[in-house]
Amino acid sequence: MLDDFFVRAILAGVGLALTTGPLGCFIIWRRMAYFGDTIAHSALLGVALSLLFELNLTLAVFAVAAFVSILLLFLQKRQALSADALLGILSHATLAIGLVMVAFMSWVRIDLIAFLFGDILAVSTTDIALIWGGGLFVLAAIAWLWRPLLAATVNAELAEAEGLKPERARLFFMLLMAVVIAIAMKIVGIMLITSLLIIPAAAARRFSPTPEIMAVLASLIGAVAVVGGLFGSLTYDTPSGPSIVVAALILFMLSLLPVRRHRAITQGQGS
Amino acid sequence: MLSPAKTPAGIRAEPLVSLENVGVLRNGRWLVRGIDFSVSRGEIVTLIGPNGSGKSTSAKAAIGVLKPDEGRVERKPGLKVGYVPQKLSIDWTLPLSVRRLMTLTGPLPERDIAAALDAAGMAHMLDAEVQHLSGGEFQRALMARAIARKPDLLVLDEPVQGVDFAGEIALYDLIKSIRNATGCGILLISHDLHVVMAETDTVICLNGHVCCRGTPESVSRSPEYVRLFGSRAAQTLAVYSHHHDHTHLPDGRVQHADGTVTGHCFPDDGHHGHDHSHDHDHAGHDHSHDHGHAEHDPGHDHPHPHVHAEGERHA
Repeated sequence: MLDDFFVRAILAGVGLALTTGPLGCFIIWRRMAYFGDTIAHSALLGVALSLLFELNLTLAVFAVAAFVSILLLFLQKRQALSADALLGILSHATLAIGLVMVAFMSWVRIDLIAFLFGDILAVSTTDIALIWGGGLFVLAAIAWLWRPLLAATVNAELAEAEGLKPERARLFFMLLMAVVIAIAMKIVGIMLITSLLIIPAAAARRFSPTPEIMAVLASLIGAVAVVGGLFGSLTYDTPSGPSIVVAALILFMLSLLPVRRHRAITQGQGS
Repeated sequence: MLSPAKTPAGIRAEPLVSLENVGVLRNGRWLVRGIDFSVSRGEIVTLIGPNGSGKSTSAKAAIGVLKPDEGRVERKPGLKVGYVPQKLSIDWTLPLSVRRLMTLTGPLPERDIAAALDAAGMAHMLDAEVQHLSGGEFQRALMARAIARKPDLLVLDEPVQGVDFAGEIALYDLIKSIRNATGCGILLISHDLHVVMAETDTVICLNGHVCCRGTPESVSRSPEYVRLFGSRAAQTLAVYSHHHDHTHLPDGRVQHADGTVTGHCFPDDGHHGHDHSHDHDHAGHDHSHDHGHAEHDPGHDHPHPHVHAEGERHA
């Protein structure tokens, strides 16, 4: 069964979507969408470095993404520039440096489009193992960090005062982001990774009474988007990465449709 | 129930937290300096002072959220803190019911949650989303969350903000009953310069440093205030009347009573001649002036307690 490239693509995509769901929830709760984009763009620098020094691609991308995350944490503490401006500088600087480095390496021929927009149909069984192994690790870490991360999302000082360690949780969260970006790059590509983080989480919001349910729903919606996008791409012969994002967007727009809900009406009145 | 027994003056219980000469430096500027105070079991300490006087900074230093750049903060080992921060905004995208808010920083038994919400008058809101609560309801939910943890020390940063006058009295009654029921220490930050909770044991007035400290005068003793507040409110509120011998200028320098201007403000810089004697002649003043002032002015040298009648509270 795993011989079929389409089945491999679905397995890889669903594995990734299940991982990005809870992470994506924190990204939108904490208003870190641009942060996610910045870390994703830095992945191209990781690609260039891995080619230059003949390193493992996933490890190099993770290392650069982790480095940029920590650099951001450090620069934000200095408070010289606004976080927004810092993100804008780092996001495009790392992307541009990566592109320039690749152009200099005339001896390697790489398919830039595959890195920028993903090539899910080319995933190998090893890639699937990496995605599911890495994904399970990320989900386990998120579960372990859940309480301090959620409390710090509401108010970092409150979390700190009541004995949790919000700073540490935040650092781990950024490293987990770097892991996800390293394993997701092949599936949807550098430019579209954040959409797989944000759109399923946004679509899940309306149907979620608690943060925990929202995290699970975001994973499921992401998985549906992957399957739908891949079938769409097969049917209409469209690129697979963008098709997945379009499918996620359709699910998000469906979630916005007005639905008569009794709960919403009775809730305001209390008892 | 534990009997709290107000800490008798003079005989101090072992403090839950004590600050010694604490200073916090940010961007080359001392936010606060020379802060000394402690909170013991069953004691209510109220911090007052104008905006930017370092009330929140001092409280954060006390609970370890801010590391002091000088001086010492000692907390009882294993101290359990319940904290209601001054500002708390929850993004709309985070689905958070009152029920889920209660266990934000740690798991709690169902009956503790119910008891705390009941005490705060929020039992009927258990399943409401926090984004749908009014300002006063949200404050009470936050307070319920903090007390459900059964903390040793409850730190409340302007808990009555956004609450109307009747609600304010109810919240102060709640704070009093929490102290009486659990005997925890309470560090309260008040947005009002002169009106504090009657149960307060110690008032500490800050303005970058400890300006003065003392005990409040019960409002209920003065017929004038009873008339102004109503007899029920007068049981709950107290006045802390004081005046300062120096003014903090907008540029951060300090003008002293003797006319000199210095760039700093220390208790022992030679300009502070006061022995913390406060004029307690508040009883006879007529507070007919309308409150057209913009918040609390930074140079806060009101010689008289100014009193907000109902409907004039600051939001």
